[in-house]
Amino acid sequence: MNAPQAHRPAGLRAIALAVAWRSIHNFLTNPAFLVPALVFPLFFFVSFAGGLSAIANVPGFDFPTGYTAFQFVFVLLQSAAFGGVFTGFGIARDFETGFARRYLLAASNRSGIVAGYALAAVARAFVTWTVLTVVALVAGMNVGGEGIEIVGLYSLALLVNIAATMWAAGVAMRVRSIQGGPLMQFPVFLILFLAPVYVPLDLLSGWIHAVASINPVTALIEAGRGFISGDPEVVALAFAIGIALPLLFSLWARGGLRRAEAAG
Amino acid sequence: MSGSLATQVGQLAHRSVLRTLRQPAQIVPAIVFPLFLLAVNSGGLKDATNLPGFPTDSYLTFALAVPFMQGALFSVMNSGTDLARDIETGFLNRLALTPLRGAALLSGLLAGTIVLGVVQGVVYLTVGLIAGAELAAGAGGALVIILLSVSITVAFGTIGLFAALRTGTGEAIQGLFPVFFVFLFLSSMALPLDLIETDWYRAIATANPVSYLLDAFRSLLIEGWEPDQLALGFGIAATIFIIGMYAASSALKTRLVRT
Repeated sequence: MNAPQAHRPAGLRAIALAVAWRSIHNFLTNPAFLVPALVFPLFFFVSFAGGLSAIANVPGFDFPTGYTAFQFVFVLLQSAAFGGVFTGFGIARDFETGFARRYLLAASNRSGIVAGYALAAVARAFVTWTVLTVVALVAGMNVGGEGIEIVGLYSLALLVNIAATMWAAGVAMRVRSIQGGPLMQFPVFLILFLAPVYVPLDLLSGWIHAVASINPVTALIEAGRGFISGDPEVVALAFAIGIALPLLFSLWARGGLRRAEAAG
Repeated sequence: MSGSLATQVGQLAHRSVLRTLRQPAQIVPAIVFPLFLLAVNSGGLKDATNLPGFPTDSYLTFALAVPFMQGALFSVMNSGTDLARDIETGFLNRLALTPLRGAALLSGLLAGTIVLGVVQGVVYLTVGLIAGAELAAGAGGALVIILLSVSITVAFGTIGLFAALRTGTGEAIQGLFPVFFVFLFLSSMALPLDLIETDWYRAIATANPVSYLLDAFRSLLIEGWEPDQLALGFGIAATIFIIGMYAASSALKTRLVRT
């Protein structure tokens, strides 16, 4: 008689893929999740690029590819960040419904759970960016950057998405309730809008210029605008920040996971 | 109003006001969020005043109208969420067993919204003036701004009541928030109508009543006393209120029949 085969626990990759698959499936099949993720960025894009296009006539505003491209970069990075935050909402909801507890019980490597949520956030971001980019191009957005620069732009967006996901995951696993939603959302909203949203940094003045000058998101936005206009700037600083933020917030998320494990 | 109806409204109004005041989660975001956006937008869009034809050299003064509208949007959420909670907890069913009139219920529920509207209006205006905004209409204009703010807040509050009675869930009410934000963003929120360059956007903003509510506030802040713009603002608020109350009353009858 053969000895019974030892059951091999699933590794990090298998766990991450399973968690990601469920989250992506929920996102794509539930209009309540899918529609806001697509509509919000489009709505901001339309409001900013359409309603504020006259800002391009302000003395000193000389963005080469026009105001639509100028605002596209901000909305792209904003959608990346809020894609991560909305993933945090999903994590909090899983804890409220008790599903996350089943994840914790079943997963041999619990870091795989967080990795799975992060994969799902990336997937949903790609869906949003595809729609946003198509709409922007149809609306007549000018793109001055070459292929590698456009890759740079979307790479920055990807890093922002991962950083925001890790931030929101850390909050969600500490609070373990959708009531933590404002705590996930408001700081992200705050830091995004304290950057040069409507005009370049040089045209800001007063306190908003001072705050935007030290806001790390400013470098990300300026680098992204440099990429789309074909005139890259502050690239090294932007990528340094873009890589540091996900690493930093991964530690925050890991701490949240430990808290959730301790809470049982 | 008969004594009975006054008593009914009074009891519910007392409960509504207390409930609003006891929930900082309702008051704080409704005050902080619009003021934050005011600070950011008035700093970030300051250069818009250099555009030829911009009505003032202070973007803060121009933008100060926006928090009043954002505060009104919060009243949709607050009034709707409170009533939805009453529905979810069964409190409305218990009220249905009493001789309480529908008009008393709806009027009483709006009392908390009125208080919130006053608080919001006073805070927005005070902060705006301290920050350097102008008020061309003077002290009398300040009172009219508060009155207009409360009128719009209550008018939008009736939409929250209607939505709560139709859906019966707080989650559905929260989902309405972005929908109402669309009305705000697709208006003359950031630039005057005649300075919006994109044709289709200007067409939507011109048809959007929120643009004229903003203009009513701006007339007092920037120009002084402009009876036409004020009449239009108060008229739109009254129209929204009448439609909202009618819709909420109909939905209340339907919901009470269901129960």
